[in-house]
Amino acid sequence: MKNFLAFVASMGLGVMIILSLTSNEFFPEFGSADVSSRVSQGYIDRDVTEANVGVEFGVSENLESGPANIVTAIVADYRSFDTLGEVTVLFVSSLGVALLLGTAVQGRIKLDFRPNFMLKVGSRALFGIILMTGVFIIIHGHLTPGGGFPGGTMIASSILLLYLADDQFRTKVTSFKVLESFAGSLYVLIGIAGLFIADYFLVNFLDNGVLGELFSAGIVPIIYVLIGLKVGSEISGIIDNFLTEEVA
Amino acid sequence: MSNVIDYFQAYQLVDWLSFMISILLVVLAFLAINSKSLIKAVMFISSLSMLAVVGFVVMKAPDVAVTEAVIGSGLVTSLFVFTLLGVGKVGQK
Repeated sequence: MKNFLAFVASMGLGVMIILSLTSNEFFPEFGSADVSSRVSQGYIDRDVTEANVGVEFGVSENLESGPANIVTAIVADYRSFDTLGEVTVLFVSSLGVALLLGTAVQGRIKLDFRPNFMLKVGSRALFGIILMTGVFIIIHGHLTPGGGFPGGTMIASSILLLYLADDQFRTKVTSFKVLESFAGSLYVLIGIAGLFIADYFLVNFLDNGVLGELFSAGIVPIIYVLIGLKVGSEISGIIDNFLTEEVA
Repeated sequence: MSNVIDYFQAYQLVDWLSFMISILLVVLAFLAINSKSLIKAVMFISSLSMLAVVGFVVMKAPDVAVTEAVIGSGLVTSLFVFTLLGVGKVGQK
């Protein structure tokens, strides 16, 4: 009976959403929206602040925003201040986890779970591959899909594999905390440097270079590497907090 | 990957694909909510995010797909499993 009521309620909610969207003039049909009049076209053509001839991969030089990946151009260049806020949110959440679960003297939590031979060998083989994939995704964040957040999480997953493979293993948590605060404060310092060099906080004050090359897009790859380091060390710290307990 | 998507679109299979994915997403979410054992619910949630990754790739959002694959089906699942193992240990005492 309870399941039936929940089914009827969710179906009614779905019908309400569909009915309110089908006859809504702000929600046009798929493919028929006039995108050229929206602000997103400016991000695609890179002509938000200055006129632009055209964007061509591997040819265009010194556009107003350098990354070939449009998502990165928005996240780490046009809306970099938002990303600073996101990083702060992640920092506060890891701080909360450390406040709730962290204690002065810690040891690995004892689970009803012994890593067997296959898990040990497989984790050690996969650790390097996953770590290198994470580093690749971070470094190529301005060219290919991905970037600092998924890449940093991938690095944290490789650390998690090390925790899986050995039930006595612990990372050097202090060095992770040092790395995290170093990366976070360097991000803010780069922003303040932009304030002094080009009058705006977090402005891209380096040369943008040719669109689509590895060394291009000014400060965007540097910022993404810093974000990747910060996210990776933060989530590794959260994993460590989850898998340790107070030692009496 | 784009060749595959072009092939699907030429035969109008992409609509059927996204239709099947959305039906399966709803079914998996229902199973995850209603399963009695918690570890099975975690596994259903994990397969739901794996299917969502396919959906994101079909809808041409590879950025979101990468993030969902790493966080949704990798990290969150393992954290849930470890938490369940730890909670089970406390309950047995």
